[in-house]
Amino acid sequence: MIPGRNRARLGWIDAAVLTAALAAVAYVVYRVDSVLEYRWDWSVIPHFLYRWDDEAQRWIPNLLMRGFFTTIRLALLSLIPAALFGAVFGVMRTAGRLLPRLLSRTYVELIRNIPPLVFIFIFYFFISSQIMPLLGVEDLVRGASPARLRSLELVFGPASLIPNVISGVICLAMFQGAYMTEIVRAGIQSIPGTQTEAGLSIGLSRWQLWRRVILPQAIRRVIPPLAGQFITLVKDSSILSLISIQELSFLAMETAVSTTRVFEVWITVAGLYFCLCYFLSLAFDRLEKRAAMART
Amino acid sequence: MTSRATLIQIEGVSKWFGDFQVLRNVNLQVAERERIVICGPSGSGKSTLIRCINRLEEHQEGRIVFAGRELGPDATDLAQVRREIGMVFQEFNLFPHLTVLENCMLGPTRVLGMTAAEARDRALEFLNRVRIPEQAGKHPGQLSGGQQQRAAIARSLCMQPRVMLFDEPTSALDPVMIKEVLDVMNDLAESGMTMIVVTHEMGFARTVADRVAFMDEGSIVECLPPKQFFSNPSDERTKLFLSQILSH
Ligand SMILES: Nc1ncnc2c1ncn2[C@@H]1O[C@H](COP(=O)(O)OP(=O)(O)OP(=O)(O)O)[C@@H](O)[C@H]1O
Ligand SMILES: [Mg+2]
Repeated sequence: MIPGRNRARLGWIDAAVLTAALAAVAYVVYRVDSVLEYRWDWSVIPHFLYRWDDEAQRWIPNLLMRGFFTTIRLALLSLIPAALFGAVFGVMRTAGRLLPRLLSRTYVELIRNIPPLVFIFIFYFFISSQIMPLLGVEDLVRGASPARLRSLELVFGPASLIPNVISGVICLAMFQGAYMTEIVRAGIQSIPGTQTEAGLSIGLSRWQLWRRVILPQAIRRVIPPLAGQFITLVKDSSILSLISIQELSFLAMETAVSTTRVFEVWITVAGLYFCLCYFLSLAFDRLEKRAAMART
Repeated sequence: MTSRATLIQIEGVSKWFGDFQVLRNVNLQVAERERIVICGPSGSGKSTLIRCINRLEEHQEGRIVFAGRELGPDATDLAQVRREIGMVFQEFNLFPHLTVLENCMLGPTRVLGMTAAEARDRALEFLNRVRIPEQAGKHPGQLSGGQQQRAAIARSLCMQPRVMLFDEPTSALDPVMIKEVLDVMNDLAESGMTMIVVTHEMGFARTVADRVAFMDEGSIVECLPPKQFFSNPSDERTKLFLSQILSH
């Protein structure tokens, strides 16, 4: 037997649990089928994933897939500023001086103690009315050369939606940054003070201590929970649908309304989110294992 | 002993943690190449005293002078002082994310400005001295306690300090490993290193120390050459402590 590895064999308790679960699923399916009298029709779904474009003579993504890609874009784009917020405020949380601690604490407490939905409504109002004009995003897009526009579209998606996507990214990043701040803070504080003492004892300066001793260890501890938080970020991006960011959930709502195939659309969307998040968690697991191997 | 230059001078040092006085008017002079062993019951302030010497703790009254420089709140060259004072902790405190070799090279490259090649040569030399050259490429977590403590000693030695402080370097180890570490410390003493060692290893105190200090409740009760200390201590508390510690 290989140590540290569970044998994949089912006992009778496992069998009983599985049977019960299957029975429950069968019952729900039966209820939906016979009592709800819902007439399933999956035939419209493929069309809303991809459709044939006569002009371009090729398959192009339709609403659901467009939303899916926007969701991926939102997640990837907001990951960077969110991690940045997390890193900066997280470090500030552990600072010796009061002001940085106060600022970052305020940021974290404000966001953690307001429901995400409410935060996003309030924050969106400020973003769309204040920050976006300030950034001059619309002018930038309008005045861009074709080549420039193409590279912008590669990153942010269709030109008409760029301001929309950027608002979404800022919202999501602000919001997720608070959670990442807490992860980074915990990571830094998990490095025992004795490491600091050892570093100071060989004459390292505060900065060297930080750069050579604390940070490398903190990063290693923080990567797994940050990866988990990233998956949460992907899922939480769905609340951006409420401020009309054209991501998967928003376009799913539109599709559901226009086709009236509510269950089919939402089940498809659930499947898309699941695939994305499950893929990410598998990828992170593998990375983590590889990092662990490299360490020994 | 009096002919040698004084390296560390501790004069009337007192320290409080809140209302609690940890150090009471401590006086101690350490000459170059001198080896001092400090012992005393738990909580008597031994760790605090030696941590004040490299300023991991700050004292509130009195003076600590190291090589002519007073350690005070306005000591600007704190890092400069610390690089000249080696410190070995009870729990080793190696950097777990670096290999043993890298642990030893960090100070020389970052603090002393040596090139990687020079630092590496020096690190290997000292790892040889502490008899673990074959562990250089491993991470601390893969070493036994005794090997880790010797790596920690090598890490300090790589800074070529003028004094080495040891805070119960063998207390976290079992007997075989204790011997490995004490052997290394013996070698170090023979090489002429100035050492201040907090330990309850009375064998080490007897054979290596120039003077043994006994601390109780924050003060140094007495500080005598080992012969006198063990055969003829003057204070009742020292006698009691010795009878307890030597009985097992
Ligand atoms: N940071 C601190 N804050 C408050 N009290 C402290 C602190 N560090 C130490 N003390 C107290 O100061 C006293 C002396 O501690 P110290 O560690 O110097 O003793 P010690 O002689 O080294 O004991 P031991 O043999 O257990 O290591 C103890 O009573 C301890 O509880
Ligand atoms: Mg102690």
